[in-house]
Amino acid sequence: MTEPLVKPKKKNPVLRTRLATLPPVPRSRTALGLTRAAAEGVFEMQVCADCGTVQYPPREVCGSCLSEHLAWKPVDNRGELIATTTLRHSNDLYFRERLPWRVGTVKMAAGPSVVAHVHEDCAEGGSVRLTLKLDRSGQAVLHALPEKDTPNMNDAPQLRESTCDPKFRRVLVTDGKSATGMAVAKAMLEAGANAVFLGDASTWKTVPAFDKLVASDPRLQVVELDVTDTDSVDRLAASIGGKVEILVNTADYLRDGGILNRKDVNLARDAMEVNVLGLMRLAQAFGPGMCFRAADGSNNAVAWVNILSIHAHAALPARGAWSASKAAALSLSHTLRAELRGAGVRVMNVFPGPVDEEWEQLTPPPKIAPSGLAKAIVKGLQDGVEDLYVGDIAEELRTRLRENHKAVERELGQ
Amino acid sequence: MSTPILAQFMAELLSGRVKLVDLTQTLTPEFPIIQLPPEFGQAWPFRIEEISRYDERGPAWYWNNFSMSEHTGTHFDAPIHWISGKDQPDNAVDSIPVENFIASACVIDVSAECAENPDFLLTVEYVKAWEEKHGRIPERAWVLMRTDWSKRAMPKEYLNMAEDGAHSPGPDAEVVPWLIQERNVHGFGTESVGTDAGQAHHLNPPYPCHYFMHGNNRYGLQCLTNLDLLPPQGAVIFAAPLKIRNGSGSPLRVLALTPTV
Ligand SMILES: [Zn+2]
Repeated sequence: MTEPLVKPKKKNPVLRTRLATLPPVPRSRTALGLTRAAAEGVFEMQVCADCGTVQYPPREVCGSCLSEHLAWKPVDNRGELIATTTLRHSNDLYFRERLPWRVGTVKMAAGPSVVAHVHEDCAEGGSVRLTLKLDRSGQAVLHALPEKDTPNMNDAPQLRESTCDPKFRRVLVTDGKSATGMAVAKAMLEAGANAVFLGDASTWKTVPAFDKLVASDPRLQVVELDVTDTDSVDRLAASIGGKVEILVNTADYLRDGGILNRKDVNLARDAMEVNVLGLMRLAQAFGPGMCFRAADGSNNAVAWVNILSIHAHAALPARGAWSASKAAALSLSHTLRAELRGAGVRVMNVFPGPVDEEWEQLTPPPKIAPSGLAKAIVKGLQDGVEDLYVGDIAEELRTRLRENHKAVERELGQ
Repeated sequence: MSTPILAQFMAELLSGRVKLVDLTQTLTPEFPIIQLPPEFGQAWPFRIEEISRYDERGPAWYWNNFSMSEHTGTHFDAPIHWISGKDQPDNAVDSIPVENFIASACVIDVSAECAENPDFLLTVEYVKAWEEKHGRIPERAWVLMRTDWSKRAMPKEYLNMAEDGAHSPGPDAEVVPWLIQERNVHGFGTESVGTDAGQAHHLNPPYPCHYFMHGNNRYGLQCLTNLDLLPPQGAVIFAAPLKIRNGSGSPLRVLALTPTV
């Protein structure tokens, strides 16, 4: 049974902060198929189109019939834990600091025998579930989990290394006054966050629901933050930057309109200021501090969350400038991901369909409730994914983009 | 031969008998701007990005880029700002005759009334009573309304938003045309975020100060400060907006020359 995680003690300010180390990165390009599956939170392996053999580790030709027709497909993740061993020594800097480390061999129902990180609640000889997760290097690794959930299983240190669980962590919600921001704050508290900082860019504006939320839990703290104001972002980072372990960028500027129906670029520029340059200002101000604390105890800095939109992938011409800003933010997030990977801080991009909030009033259902979006974000962090698609519309567009992106472009423009 | 007038003026300034008072708020990103319903276009607040500061971006020099609207911070309203003033001659900041950037000022202190009532409206009756005490408003003078609004906490108390919008003082719909017709004033200035009251959209006409002042080719100044340092009569205001082609207004430094005795 996993020992429940204890609330981390206040940091000893005279001890040197442990710097981030990363697990080794030996993967081939073919193996990046596993990385994609882990990043999206699905369990996929290569399956031979000719003989049906499930392949592991990933390879160029079928291990059984030498066919080159290997496709990534969802496969049965169940198996039997046939042997385990607990590592007590390692010459690798990353593992040395995290010993003991349990590994084992799982005989998968789908065929292959695989080596996996083994959860402490898995009994040798018993049934296990395999899951693909990203390690701190961003590489896909197999974790063997108990067949059914066990109490506090997400608290196991070995699993927590591959996830970004909000439990006992401190979260900055950059726009805490929006419907999504308030919902994210609530969901983080429910998930056991130690503190949630709520950014407020309009302190002059009274929002009763916001006041009610702030009064509801002493873990909530309102902070002044306007992502369009470099000085405001810098001031906040100087004050709480060392405490932010998960940053959720909820700041969004959404206005309707394409290109030709306006005579100016003001709204487009405002959207870029918030959605693109706002992200960049936050990254410059908070990124270095988070990297510095990426291995700092059990409440180390772990995740950067961008709430984008499915229209970051495919423009909605009715909201042309906004779509462009989301696409630009997506591009920027890939750079940020590359820059944070060296410390092991994960960037999770969230791609929702329409959210049920004031600027989506005229959008017909289905729309995602802000609370539903917030719950999905928490689960995404607990699962440790990098790309999270939320809602039927986002899922559908994502599938159709893979099938025929030109068809999607044409249809969204009608 | 008597002393040339400007030499005399400089002597008075250097001796301290004439004092300069800065009526300008500092431009900062936090300084509040007027809030319109979110579906309208919005004025940009003041924003600033460092270009270099004696560093690898420019080793020996410090400078910034900044951006803002024509109506951010302490600013000047030109007649072209309002639809009523759109056809007036010389109605934009680049075409206003430069003589109009210097004018005397009357400061009407309504700070006590505004402390009681944030929706205080200046009336003809109030101005007449003020004239009884301080003398008639001279021709082509700025009328500055001292409300002490600049001393309020920024941004919440300053914008003073309620569910029905902003609550801040201003002139009523009768006093503005009266000041123009009966006193031929130069323009109207306030400490709050606009020359009109926070609830002026409910007046008839809406925003009477903008409507009448600009409709008669007069000017506006807002977000002023230090009006409490000026005498009721006798100060001279230097307020020259930036020379923006066809500009509707501009942030500016507003300086008052005031006698110390
Ligand atoms: Zn095969």
